[in-house]
Amino acid sequence: MSRSPESEAAGTDAPGLDGGGDPVLRVDGLEKTFEGVTALDGVSFGVESETLTGLIGPNGAGKSTTFNVVSGAIEPDAGRVTFDGEDITGLKPNRTSSRGLVRTFQIARELEEMTVLENMMLPPTNQRGEAAWRSILPGTRGGVQDEEEEVFERAWEMLEFFDIDHLALEEAGALSGGQRKLLELARALMLDPEVLLLDEPFAGVNPSLERDLLDRLEDLRDRGRTFLLVEHDMDLIMEHCERVIVMHQGRTLVTGTPEEVRSEERVIEAYLGGEVS
Amino acid sequence: MSAPSDPIGRRLPDSAAAYWERDLVKILGTLGFVYVLYLFVGLLLGYDLFGQLNSLRRLTFLIVVYGIAALVVNLHWGYSGLFNIGVVGFMAVGVYTATILSRPVAGQNPTGSLPGFGIPLPIAVVGGVLAAAATGYAAALPSLRLRDDYFAIVTLAFAEIVRITFKSAELQEVTVLGWTFGTGGGRGIRTFSNPVRDFFDTTGQPLVAAVERLGVDGQLVSGWAFVFVLLGILIGTYWLIARLSASPFGRVLKGIRDDEEATQSLAKHTASFKIRAFVIGCAVLGLLGIVWQGASSGYITPDRFIPELTFFIWIALIIGGAGSNTGTIVGTILFVGMVLEGPAQVRRIVDEFVGLSGSVPTFPDGLAALAGGNVDPILLYVFDQTSALRVVLTGVVLIWLLKRRPEGLFGDRREVASSIDLEARVEERRGRGSEAAGSDSE
Repeated sequence: MSRSPESEAAGTDAPGLDGGGDPVLRVDGLEKTFEGVTALDGVSFGVESETLTGLIGPNGAGKSTTFNVVSGAIEPDAGRVTFDGEDITGLKPNRTSSRGLVRTFQIARELEEMTVLENMMLPPTNQRGEAAWRSILPGTRGGVQDEEEEVFERAWEMLEFFDIDHLALEEAGALSGGQRKLLELARALMLDPEVLLLDEPFAGVNPSLERDLLDRLEDLRDRGRTFLLVEHDMDLIMEHCERVIVMHQGRTLVTGTPEEVRSEERVIEAYLGGEVS
Repeated sequence: MSAPSDPIGRRLPDSAAAYWERDLVKILGTLGFVYVLYLFVGLLLGYDLFGQLNSLRRLTFLIVVYGIAALVVNLHWGYSGLFNIGVVGFMAVGVYTATILSRPVAGQNPTGSLPGFGIPLPIAVVGGVLAAAATGYAAALPSLRLRDDYFAIVTLAFAEIVRITFKSAELQEVTVLGWTFGTGGGRGIRTFSNPVRDFFDTTGQPLVAAVERLGVDGQLVSGWAFVFVLLGILIGTYWLIARLSASPFGRVLKGIRDDEEATQSLAKHTASFKIRAFVIGCAVLGLLGIVWQGASSGYITPDRFIPELTFFIWIALIIGGAGSNTGTIVGTILFVGMVLEGPAQVRRIVDEFVGLSGSVPTFPDGLAALAGGNVDPILLYVFDQTSALRVVLTGVVLIWLLKRRPEGLFGDRREVASSIDLEARVEERRGRGSEAAGSDSE
């Protein structure tokens, strides 16, 4: 894992990094090149526990790639991802998500031909009935069913929390864009994650639902969950996030509170499309 | 309750439609319909009781064996999104393994044909099933990371490799560590005697005699008994797959089918689920190979296992609709009754009524006769080409489905992937919720 001094600098120079608290999720010097195109060129930041942290940056800054690397969908060329003090670099998505680091996608990825309830009941890990033989044999199927009752209870509560319990038996493919976003978030929460990576959770969501969704995120944060969200709506980020990470051209540009970020020259330059030194 | 969504259910009056929604009614109704058609053809052709029963036996046999295979393809494709078009390959591995294991050891061989390992048949059958499962594992392991279409190519190629290997002269008869055995190469190999027929030739003989006293050929007894054994396997497979799909295991499979990456992001080790589903299906295919190809005729050749057979099985599934076990069975009944066996039935009728039986004209002769105003020879020519007609009919059916009902006749039926009745649970919740709301307002 070679880290270039440059990328190191990009991380440590940024104001406010590591400022107080200890990060539940840390990335250090992530680098990733796709066939000669550099997507990540030294990304470093920490996400503090029980915060709403915004990840912003112009298009092509590497936000989604960062998500892909952190969640394990893509392996980085260099750098390290630390979650809960453990190195999780290169772990596959099923491993990271079962540890409690769960992502959602930019375009909601419902399991379209499954009902909302089936979507909700899929995630819980180590369900007994996931072993084929236990689901088949008469002697063990009872235990599988008992556990499914519990999973159903949890799924139902979560659907009620998001006010989509009336859609429980609908096919997920028939939901509207906003409802899909809600379902995706609710489904991710079925894993009882510590950290949620939300890729544009408000895209295509109408303003009143957005308000609603934000309330729920803040509620969940107050109950101990941590959110890292990619978002294009600057006002929303500045208003609701405790911490903001700004990326530009595959690097972390600035990390800090919304006030710190707002007053940072380089952020304005980045958004105006200049070459940032 | 939701209204029936399949084309048959929609056309029924409400009272009948409610019954139609029951799986068993759907299956038996379709089967009854096809039976009546065949009995009618039998009447036209002047079959006696034996003829009628025998024609139904043949039809049922084909429905059952195609049904088992189509159910497996439904598990692979309909529930898990695994595009397996190497179905015959796994059947071949199953039946060849069981055969070679059960052939008598060299020297103790009464028939003088190929020797084997002399293992008792039941153990050899288990061996064949395990071999098919193991081959499924070996075929799936390196290729599961591939996308649907590439996975399909791998399975097709695999099935061809199996067939060509069994056909190869090199393996016709080999001696390894003192054991002599072989595949018989292109000439094929004698399998094993059918235990069901053996039973009726020995212990069950009085039964056969009793039936013969009724004036029916005794062959029918063992024939139908064998069909019922196969039917037992079909029901077992149906039960197995229904149980698998209505469980957390099946839920993950469905998730993989819809979006593997998203399912993986929900803490599921998708590759492991895919392999397990694939291997379970391959084991059933191994058993099917043994009871269908091995037990029914007593002789197998590699050319029984051509890709065409796989495609026919797929078409049976497509007609019924992938993703529904009941649809799969209904589709199979229609496919076997109409497409697979239909042309032969029509041919028999044409033969009977157009006459000229025995001397089938050539195409030019038929045309010439047509020009002379005689339609009969060309009709006879056309309906003599049963296997070609089958393919033509298949094409027509596929095009019709593609245009009118791409999801198959019963493809949009919902089979919920849970071991508990979610619909009932939700209704219960809602009932409770509205009660609470009601008492609040009072």
